[in-house]
Amino acid sequence: MILAVASGKGGTGKTLVATSLALSLKEKSEVKLLDCDVEEPNDHIFMKPNITATSAVNIPVPQVDLDKCTYCGRCAEVCAYHALAVINRNLLTFPELCHGCGACSYLCPEGAITEVGREIGVVESGTADGVGLVQGRLAIGQPMAPPVIRQVKEQADGGGTVIIDAPPGTSCPVVETIRDSDFCLLVTEPTPFGLNDLKLEVETVRKLDIPCGVVLNRAGIGDTKTEAYCLEENIPVLMTIPLDTEIARLYSQGIPLVIGQPEYKDVFQDMFARIREIVDERSVDTKR
Amino acid sequence: MKIAITATGNTLDADVDPRFGRCQYIILVDPETLAFEALENANAAASGGAGIAIGQMIAGTGVKALLTGNCGPNAYQVLSAAGVKVLTGVSGKVRDAVARYQAGGFTEAQQANVGDHFGMGGGGGGMDRGRHGR
Repeated sequence: MILAVASGKGGTGKTLVATSLALSLKEKSEVKLLDCDVEEPNDHIFMKPNITATSAVNIPVPQVDLDKCTYCGRCAEVCAYHALAVINRNLLTFPELCHGCGACSYLCPEGAITEVGREIGVVESGTADGVGLVQGRLAIGQPMAPPVIRQVKEQADGGGTVIIDAPPGTSCPVVETIRDSDFCLLVTEPTPFGLNDLKLEVETVRKLDIPCGVVLNRAGIGDTKTEAYCLEENIPVLMTIPLDTEIARLYSQGIPLVIGQPEYKDVFQDMFARIREIVDERSVDTKR
Repeated sequence: MKIAITATGNTLDADVDPRFGRCQYIILVDPETLAFEALENANAAASGGAGIAIGQMIAGTGVKALLTGNCGPNAYQVLSAAGVKVLTGVSGKVRDAVARYQAGGFTEAQQANVGDHFGMGGGGGGMDRGRHGR
């Protein structure tokens, strides 16, 4: 089963939940934890993995043979991202805008364009305390995360339980991360900002047709509007974590919650069992 | 010789638009006769490549100079390749800017004067742009 841990607002506790969930489930089944927040992966701080493999993420960008080029401008015309411009007898390429779709190379009437790889990041994998960890790392200054995220997810093939730590928000990297998941856990806090962004996230998850549930973190602050919203929208609140200085202290020291407070292991396992029920019910319903 | 000028409206009485790639209109005008044509910018809401797209379009019109408030790096590259003079720091009414141009009141820019995505509003990049403040 593939379980994504996402949020609307940043800083609500996705990594806290994802790492502790992975550590709570490892005894019962094979668990892989994927850190898809490739602009700032942080699961490794808590998991302290032994990295055994690194692979580069390359996206194909156009290389033009100017001897063959007739400056007809077709490549610039077909590029949806304006990564090529042809002006008189000048051909300009803008590799950072290129999405690697291959249209220019495919449609060049002179066959003057080949695709060469441009490295934009790496994917690292290893193990941490019985959990398989795969993390993506987008190179500093690179604008496009989805190709790195795709490569991280490719490493998750092979069954077992996959927990995905997603980036916050609803942008392209988030959609790329959570699509095709069986369930999406939305971590939020009971504040106006938290609720505003939770609503946007719920809209996104529903558009992707992924069932979801909420983890209410820092319960005790803010107001009761988030709980009321979840009730109204039939979104199960699967776990509540109180505002607790001890939990914050553990986090600041890079200690996973279930290591510092092992009594939480049962809570995470129970939540997972409930998620499993929801996913199974859903697949029965779709078959009807 | 025609020139192009970015504008917030489609007449000579509109204000000069301080953006190039994401300006609302491009006005092509003959500074001597003041005959003009206003083109709506289809790239105003583009998430990327706006300057390149509109730069290519302008290169195709045969104008000799582009007057605007600010011009980003990709747009500047395209306009230079097209041999179009880039004049930045232009503001006020389009009509007055054209007159000032005729009188030789602007100096050519040697490079882009702003970074990329200058003309894009705060929420344009998706929610992750706001995440550090939240």
